[in-house]
Amino acid sequence: MYGVLAWAWIRAAAQYPVSMVLLALATALVTGLDVAAILLLFAHAPRIAGFTAPEVLFLYGTSALAFGISDIVLGTTERLGYHVRQGTLDTMLVRPVSPLVQIATEEFSPRRFGKLVPAVLVLAYALTRVDVAWTAGRAAMVPVMVAAGTAIFGGLWVLTGAVQFVLVDSHGASKSVTYGGGFLTQYPMTMFARDFVRGVTFVVPLAFVNWQPALYVLDRPDPLGLPEAARFASPAVAALVCGAGALAWRAGLRHYRSTGS
Amino acid sequence: MGVLPWVWWYGFRRHTAYPLGSLTESLTNTMFGFMRAYVLLALWDVRPSLGGYDAADAVTFCFITQALIGPVQVFGGMELTERIRNGDVAIDLHRPVGLQGWWLADDLGRAAGSLLLRAGPPLLAGALVFPFRAPAPANLAAFAVAGVLAVTVGFGLRYLVALAMFWLHDDRGLNAVTLVMSLFFSGMILPLVVFPGRLGDVARALPWAAQIQVPADVFLGRHTGAGLLGALAFQAMWAALLLGAGALLTRAARRRLVVHGG
Repeated sequence: MYGVLAWAWIRAAAQYPVSMVLLALATALVTGLDVAAILLLFAHAPRIAGFTAPEVLFLYGTSALAFGISDIVLGTTERLGYHVRQGTLDTMLVRPVSPLVQIATEEFSPRRFGKLVPAVLVLAYALTRVDVAWTAGRAAMVPVMVAAGTAIFGGLWVLTGAVQFVLVDSHGASKSVTYGGGFLTQYPMTMFARDFVRGVTFVVPLAFVNWQPALYVLDRPDPLGLPEAARFASPAVAALVCGAGALAWRAGLRHYRSTGS
Repeated sequence: MGVLPWVWWYGFRRHTAYPLGSLTESLTNTMFGFMRAYVLLALWDVRPSLGGYDAADAVTFCFITQALIGPVQVFGGMELTERIRNGDVAIDLHRPVGLQGWWLADDLGRAAGSLLLRAGPPLLAGALVFPFRAPAPANLAAFAVAGVLAVTVGFGLRYLVALAMFWLHDDRGLNAVTLVMSLFFSGMILPLVVFPGRLGDVARALPWAAQIQVPADVFLGRHTGAGLLGALAFQAMWAALLLGAGALLTRAARRRLVVHGG
């Protein structure tokens, strides 16, 4: 069903092909600003917080790819609060399609895929340049970490969206979890304070998007001193987060009472 | 002349009507301030006194720029665009007040409301957790002037983009490009002192620097005496240029509307 709706939107956007391509390029450019920031940082020093440029670009690539895919698939769930306030959520509930799918495919446009361009390019570059003793395990970890990262971010999108059933104005704050999470996973956690890293490991498990698996791939000690097993925990954490998101969404829908207009 | 202060007041009232939404936005601003501060601290660890800033300057820069996001509206956008798209701008053009003057007053009201509701939390959190460079009272007064000029420069840029809707039919492409320029060249991504060589020189001369980098530097007390006047004059120059261009473009837009029989 998701595919059908998404394809309908894509066909609509394809009526203006030039605009579509330009918008995709523009989206790629905006997303690429983060890469520019990293490159500017490393123009001044070869190692920052104990990591070299290719290593940080590896972190960026995996994070941006996971975040980009989750944003394409589920990013628009952040608009739930807007729909609740406008009353358009009621329209969606009447239709025989899951409201989650309807919101997620809203204004689906090929320009969303522009977000992946910098991520893919940088990850490809970083994988060739990063100094890693590649084993079968490490090579397999890269796609696993992107997939698990996508699932974690996707679960967080739905979870923060579901919070807007209860706190309709919370969109401004939930951006710190979703976009903030996308931003902080681009950098090595050795930059951040201890308590902050604990928070993003145990409270909002963003550390499992790419940091813990990256510690395995890059063979680095964990600054928090977590056991070795934590580096392989990403798929399990992803399942937990997605489960929590699904529960929250269902609970929100079940208890939803409209504005009563 | 008597109408514009009212327009300012009503703009202020409109944008302070939903304080909860603004508060949640400022929570995210604070979060991003923390993360940017950590990243810059990591850089300053290996390169202390980069670009003349010390670590406390860099951290304060993060939080003052996060506090400025609301008032200066670096992420672009103006209600005028929507009004041009659906034709309501005809009502605006009928008024006996100039279009640009009206929207400037409204924007200044919005900025005042935004400053009130969104600037506090990032600055407070930054000052409590990190080594912070608090401004002297003289710097604060200069910062107030720089802030108003920054909002005006920001308005000038966004007004030009909004008026482009008269000629383009889809503003999203132009919005995306100006967003990139705005974020990158204003100092939001990284302070302009970190930009190396020629890139830095060019960046510091562009209007986007007047939006964020210059008021932040004034806040940090990096401009004094003649240098301060020079910095404020730089902002004022860009504000005048942009508003002048806006006035010319408004006249052209009016003609276009008439030509199309609107």
